[in-house]
Amino acid sequence: MTTHAIATPAGEAPVFYVADEHDHPPGQSTMLGFWIYLMSDCLIFAVLFATYAVLGGNYAGGPGPRALFELPLVAVNTAMLLFSSITYGFAMLATEKGKVGATQGWLGVTALFGLAFLSIELYEFANLIHEGAGPQRSAFLSAFFTLVGTHGLHVTFGLIWLATLVVQVGRYGLIAANKRRLMCLSLFWHFLDVIWIGVFTFVYLMGMLR
Amino acid sequence: MSDAAHADHGHHDHHHDDGGAHGTMGSYMIGFGLSVVLTAVPFWLVMTGALGSAQLTAFAIMAFAVVQILVHMIFFLHMSTKSEGGWTMMALIFTVVIVGITLSGSMWVMYHLNSNMMPHAVMPGGEPGMEGMDHMAPMSHHNMNGQSMSGME
Repeated sequence: MTTHAIATPAGEAPVFYVADEHDHPPGQSTMLGFWIYLMSDCLIFAVLFATYAVLGGNYAGGPGPRALFELPLVAVNTAMLLFSSITYGFAMLATEKGKVGATQGWLGVTALFGLAFLSIELYEFANLIHEGAGPQRSAFLSAFFTLVGTHGLHVTFGLIWLATLVVQVGRYGLIAANKRRLMCLSLFWHFLDVIWIGVFTFVYLMGMLR
Repeated sequence: MSDAAHADHGHHDHHHDDGGAHGTMGSYMIGFGLSVVLTAVPFWLVMTGALGSAQLTAFAIMAFAVVQILVHMIFFLHMSTKSEGGWTMMALIFTVVIVGITLSGSMWVMYHLNSNMMPHAVMPGGEPGMEGMDHMAPMSHHNMNGQSMSGME
């Protein structure tokens, strides 16, 4: 009690925070914060995977995975995403060396592979809907479209981010802020590839084994 | 800490204190090579049915997926126990635990629910929803009787 009275002079409101805050350089906590965002995104996908695991067998008399999925197409799609992962890695290596042109070039190649992935996925979706196997056909297809579509939506936003960063790097060069952004997108992009491993294993390959 | 130090220096002077979160050409190529193999083999197993049994194939491709996820985390996401003072690893472990509970819990509970519901679900064209409705009306009627019965006992 007495120490408190001594610490705060009479008549002045007590202060409950450190008055002279130490320096926070910009972006100091960005990488950890972004990692925690990715982990929360991981939980979204976990819920969608769980939904698919529960509803994946409810065909409502409609077509099942064996009749619908084309593994060669999925294999090509997987290759596209894997190539885009390694080319993004090359972009990061170019960033480290401070090469603006090479960074933009590899980001462009990554975007092309990402676009190829999305196009193949949309082609597959369009085919399924055309065959009458749209998301409203059965619980299995609802869960399938939600899970795979959410992943595709993430790739779409990743591509928008990628295009933004190509412009940013062109305009401001490889400044600390842009490097940090490239690091974040790197985590995001590789994370999407990790999710895709789960998708092609549990949805497509396991679906063919049912 | 290393990020703070990095921000104070210029861009090109101090490559060594980038925090160790970057890969090298070699590590990216190793990761890519492993990923190609770990992707191609499960596709090959399923497309050719080389293992014969579907269950064995399922276990094999799940094992390949787990290994490939680890490969991606080490070679592409550059996970290590030391990055950000161990907090990324803590967040990852927490997430893996939650994901494990969500997935295994959902499948476990719903599998038992489905197997206990089997007698009703078996009828193919029986519209289980309508059947349920039919049961509801006498049930509620019965309930009302039951209340008076319990009062008597």
